[in-house]
Amino acid sequence: MVDRAFDIRRLPGAATLAITCFVILYVPMIILVANSFNTGRVIGEWEGLSLRWYAAALQNEAFLNAAATSLILATMAAAVATVTATMAALATTRSRGFKGEGAIHLILNQPIMVPEIVLAIALLIILAQVKQITGYTGLGYLIIAHSAFCIPFAYMPIRARLEGMDLTLETAAADLYASRFYAFRKVTLPILAPGILAGFMLAFVISLDDVVISDFLKSPGQDTLPTYLLGELKRNLTSEIYAISSLLLLISVLIVAGSWLVTRKKI
Amino acid sequence: MKTSLALTTALVAASALPALAEGTLNIYNFGLYTPPDLITKFEKAYDVKVTLTEYDSNETALAKIEAGGSGFDIVVPSASVVPTYIEKGLLMQSEPNQMENFKNVNPTWVDVSWDAGRHYTVPYVWGTTGVMVNKDIYAGDINTSDIFLNPPEELKGKINIIPAMNDVIDMAIYSVGGEACTTDKTVLKAARDKLVAAKPYWASIDYASFEKFINEDLQASVFWSGASMRIREQNSGFTYGFPKEGFLKWQDNVAILADAPNVDNAKLFLNFIMDPENAAMISTYTGYPNGIVGSEAFMTPDLLAAPEMTIPAEFEAAAHFQKTCSPEVQELYARIWTDLTK
Amino acid sequence: MLAKDHAMRSDTRRRWGLALPAVIIITLFSILPLVVVIAYSFLTPGDFGGVKWMLSFDGWFSVLFERDIFDDTVSLSSAHMTILGRSVALSLATTLITLILGVPTAWFIATRPAGQRAFWLFLITIPFWTNLLVRTIAVQEMIRADGVFNRILLGLGVIDAPIQIMFTNFAVLMGMAYVFLPLMVLPVYSAIEKFDFRLAEAGYDLYASRFYCLRKVILPMVRPGIIAGSILVFVPALGAYVTPRIMGGGKSMMLGNLIEMQFGQGRNWPLGAALALTLTALVLVALIWYTRLTAGGPRRG
Repeated sequence: MVDRAFDIRRLPGAATLAITCFVILYVPMIILVANSFNTGRVIGEWEGLSLRWYAAALQNEAFLNAAATSLILATMAAAVATVTATMAALATTRSRGFKGEGAIHLILNQPIMVPEIVLAIALLIILAQVKQITGYTGLGYLIIAHSAFCIPFAYMPIRARLEGMDLTLETAAADLYASRFYAFRKVTLPILAPGILAGFMLAFVISLDDVVISDFLKSPGQDTLPTYLLGELKRNLTSEIYAISSLLLLISVLIVAGSWLVTRKKI
Repeated sequence: MKTSLALTTALVAASALPALAEGTLNIYNFGLYTPPDLITKFEKAYDVKVTLTEYDSNETALAKIEAGGSGFDIVVPSASVVPTYIEKGLLMQSEPNQMENFKNVNPTWVDVSWDAGRHYTVPYVWGTTGVMVNKDIYAGDINTSDIFLNPPEELKGKINIIPAMNDVIDMAIYSVGGEACTTDKTVLKAARDKLVAAKPYWASIDYASFEKFINEDLQASVFWSGASMRIREQNSGFTYGFPKEGFLKWQDNVAILADAPNVDNAKLFLNFIMDPENAAMISTYTGYPNGIVGSEAFMTPDLLAAPEMTIPAEFEAAAHFQKTCSPEVQELYARIWTDLTK
Repeated sequence: MLAKDHAMRSDTRRRWGLALPAVIIITLFSILPLVVVIAYSFLTPGDFGGVKWMLSFDGWFSVLFERDIFDDTVSLSSAHMTILGRSVALSLATTLITLILGVPTAWFIATRPAGQRAFWLFLITIPFWTNLLVRTIAVQEMIRADGVFNRILLGLGVIDAPIQIMFTNFAVLMGMAYVFLPLMVLPVYSAIEKFDFRLAEAGYDLYASRFYCLRKVILPMVRPGIIAGSILVFVPALGAYVTPRIMGGGKSMMLGNLIEMQFGQGRNWPLGAALALTLTALVLVALIWYTRLTAGGPRRG
């Protein structure tokens, strides 16, 4: 039997297709980044290497505003989503079933089931009325709207972590100290931390990725990086767009690398 | 720890965000239509922070504003939709005619049908919707709507249509001998059939960025005169044509919204753009003539002599001022448009 | 008994209290707006956008049917049928392409030595977490008239003039397949990763046929991953808005774009609302099919 030396892991052609897949995924992104270093204004005409468009982007007030808005929005939305999702995860795990558990589950996953464009127009209709009544047009709407569709994403890793947790420690702590909150803070929270962090990062990325909902709901001066990019794309097709895209790409690489380092350390 | 740090940072940053209090002005205008240097000049002169949001079409702007709570101060509707805005109570009666710089407004643009005596709006610029063709590719007659409705071989597959529903359908109706906003269904049907038949020869129905023409990704378009001029400046092959079957003349107007949060700054802006030097900045950037007397003095001879800026006498008769269609006709337009973009 | 009852009730109350903030946010900012959309779909369109508060079924009627502009005959709406058909067809095609490329890739990663796996996964995660718009811009650069493809083909002398790929159904398909590819790889990978390969090897030893082994051992194990991946690709593809808008150039609309149009140039909010609900219903059907399929999975395995 041994002489057959068969390795099930080697499916013929799989490696070729996989490498093709990676080439397909990366070539467009690499070309995009390469184009961002083009001296020329117009895309496609290579005129030499420079950081000109990055300099231009960093002096572009509209871009900087959009970057600040995106950062604040994603951080706030991810924070709200993570805190509420952590609470919800604590409520829905480690139970022997309670009244309404199914309903809570369904509600928490509802935003994933609705297409983004549908949620966008639905929010547009309702928030237009709310804005009129309250007169408030601040970033708050976007923050809560983003929180809403980020909650399911923050909820998943936190819940997964909670379910894998050993209960004995917490019970022991509760027996010793009596205060439930103290036990939670000193025992549960530290063990839960990687899950919470993963949830926060996922929510952050999901918020940063959103174009449609932000574009429909933004009030004047509330362009996020993606909506700014979408607007620019309609107006121009210059190397500056590629520089901004490359910066967004860099942010993703940093977040992915960061989350890898974090999860590595903890395990 | 990290989460709370990030949270604190965000909270601090949020409180440092410019509040929408006095000192801001929110402009809602067509894309690539507001000169950046004009904004900077206004910001410096009045110590006001200006935000600019751009829209695609009158319909989009109207829908967003009518939905309510848009937060904008200034909007720039075309003459054809100003009556709708006023009728719906969306514009503030800001009495620009009482403003200091109103004396500069060309009398032809004062007693206009859509805002007689200018109680709501200030003229921005006027222009035409025609066709733009790269003469290096196609040397034939370009003063015809056949450019996009019955395209010559050289241009097939390289034509763009601007997604300005009314402009495109109006021109198709003129090409079959009808009148814009007609209720005559045989005319509408003929126009629709002509458009649908031509669709396979179009590359896109899009707000194609100027670069796509400059790079010659696209060689022709239904287009606005000023946009055409700005492309010609970077690729001399592109020429603007006035379709003899009929093309559109329009005028855009600056108005203050009824629920504008920054009325004082908005009024300052209206007065500001009636200054000849500032109006000239708008024309220089957009490539359209304005309605302010004395602004020519601040324009370059090249701009003043630009063929896109004046309608040639022989085509004057083919220029139709854009009309407002009734809601019933508008619905038919929308359905023809869906047939085109499906 | 009573004490236990009381404890249970207080536990339920405590749990609801904990879940409440998340439940309230989602109810107010995701569920309630949908209810309003349902209401709007039964109203009369306002003259210039918005709605009039008069009951009307025209919105729903127009989703599928149209009254001829000229002779008032009722027929299936050709425009909406085309767009609906295109949306479903392109989403299925996208799923198929991502399957063909994604499954072998997931297999490839899962069968690397443990040390290398992290690296390959990292490579998949980066595009997964990169903004969709950025990735669409990247594909656009590849296929536009003056883009990379045409330059290479021109350089090789394969073609004399650039091929027009942008603004076609094919362009939309390529854009979506590119954008959604990582969504297929990750779930398939996690399904394969859980698997004990010794089982397959044993199976192979016993049954001798490679094909038989593939069908009887490997397929059942990848199946849940493939189903999850397909749903993860199909659902967002069906509701795609940004990618078809950029790649389709306004000529190859998908449902998402048609919906948006009703709230802008089309000025028909009730129709837009009805179309939005149609899209939601299609997504729900796909999701229900998914739960059925996963529920039925182990039985056959």
